[in-house]
Amino acid sequence: MLGVLVWSVQTKLACELLSAAREIDQEVFALAINDDAQAESLAQKGAQVFRLNNQSLEIANTASIAHAISQVVNQLNPEYILLSSNRRGKELAGRLAQIINAGCLSDVRALVSSDGQIECVRNALGGATIAHQVIKTQQKLIAISANCYEVPSDQGGGQVQDISVKVEDSKLRLLSTQGKPSEGVDISSAEVVVAVGQGLENEELLETVNKIANQIGGIVGCTKPIATDRKWLGEERIIGLSGATCKPNVALLLGTSGQVQFSVGIRDADTIVAVDKDDQANVFTLADYYLVADLNDFLPKLSTSL
Amino acid sequence: MKCIVALKQIPDLQQLRIRNREPVLNDIPYTLGAIDKNALELGVQLKEELDWEVVVISAGNEELEDTIKEALAGGADNSFLLIDNQIDQMDSAEIASLLAEMIRRSEDIGLAIFGEGSGDNYTGQVGSRVAEILGWPQAGYATSVSVDGSTAKVTRALDDCIEEVELDLPAVIIVSAGLNTPRIPSVMQILKAGKLPKEIITLDDLSLVSSANQIETVSNLAPIAERKQIKIGSVDELLNCLESAGVERR
Repeated sequence: MLGVLVWSVQTKLACELLSAAREIDQEVFALAINDDAQAESLAQKGAQVFRLNNQSLEIANTASIAHAISQVVNQLNPEYILLSSNRRGKELAGRLAQIINAGCLSDVRALVSSDGQIECVRNALGGATIAHQVIKTQQKLIAISANCYEVPSDQGGGQVQDISVKVEDSKLRLLSTQGKPSEGVDISSAEVVVAVGQGLENEELLETVNKIANQIGGIVGCTKPIATDRKWLGEERIIGLSGATCKPNVALLLGTSGQVQFSVGIRDADTIVAVDKDDQANVFTLADYYLVADLNDFLPKLSTSL
Repeated sequence: MKCIVALKQIPDLQQLRIRNREPVLNDIPYTLGAIDKNALELGVQLKEELDWEVVVISAGNEELEDTIKEALAGGADNSFLLIDNQIDQMDSAEIASLLAEMIRRSEDIGLAIFGEGSGDNYTGQVGSRVAEILGWPQAGYATSVSVDGSTAKVTRALDDCIEEVELDLPAVIIVSAGLNTPRIPSVMQILKAGKLPKEIITLDDLSLVSSANQIETVSNLAPIAERKQIKIGSVDELLNCLESAGVERR
């Protein structure tokens, strides 16, 4: 039992998995399901690609995708299976792990080789701690979070070959798919993040925040309540446990809490600058620089100075 | 028909303290996770619409009976609990096999509802594993569910799309965080909750061979906060900080 099998429905994430797979010193196989373009992209990254084309396989059907991949696992017999820890990947992970009798970890942010074992690094206890965990089963299933590994550059040398599986009768039917209303914001890959929290009392000031973000080439993000309770910003801008994990060069935090549910999404920033009117604000403990100021005065002043 | 809602007892993380980077879990009261309450609310809404029975199932240590009262007050009809102090040491795969066995013991089930992840460890595997053990279809990240005869229509919020699927019953539904606002039980409901029917079993009552833990935790420590925490006094100073950190004015 040797090798690493990677699969994600999203090509970018599948490519990131190729990089993650390099942490494990074994042969890498990539799977592409009903997606010739993805098979081609993965081959350009140098991967040995198995293309599974079967029109009765529906991506929406977690059960049948899990059974299909389990048959690929049986044919290739890899020690590791890497999936993306996006929503589809996480839902699939549990089901596939159950079929192949594998231990499984999701939301894994890094793989670390230590004493001949692969340790999975992930947040635990709601983000309060970072756990290093090892999967003890013969086959191991790991779902890796987005943006934790780079997309490798094209190097060629990959090959594509076909693989087939049996698909059972389905107990699920896809009725419709529609795109999410999206502004196309990707806060997780922003170099500069300007994050607002409930310390921002006045919605009109968001305009100034947007202007400041533009002035410094940043993207506006927010804590969960700003999006879900106040509905001032879209949910794709949420930073933290229920949203994106960001690794910007600079994060400017405006009236955000220091709660771990938020900080877990921003604590990997290189430099954190925080502004809050409360001189005991908890968020200052995660800042490199902090300024005690009323945002109502501070924001117009900053924008004018830029 | 019955709707099973699977709940997990977790330590109340709002009260978690860190000492020398170690989480201190002693003496923290137990609670139900926020997403689990969403799962229960969905079950109760379906019950009101379809006249189903809502059965809460859970596995946990000796505190479970107390913790689960909150769910019973929130509208469940009865509970089926597996109480054993060994459960705290079990991983997702073991818990899933226990819950699946408990579900098998019930008859006439329409749906089994789970949350997308537990509040403490958030592995998000248990619902999917149970679906596989039972051979049922599943729909994760559900934001709305309607039942019509022997099928359910589920709207799911995925990473880049909204999907509507139809599943044959019985099925596993795994709900998205925040899909509804769980009701707050009245004082009467809380008082009555302790008297609702419940069945309590222990591990010995289930004929399952316990398997070895699949996951070993090597370390679990709070991250080291290596921030400078320098207080600055003016907008100009803040601008200097931003610039020295690499921000360019556009």
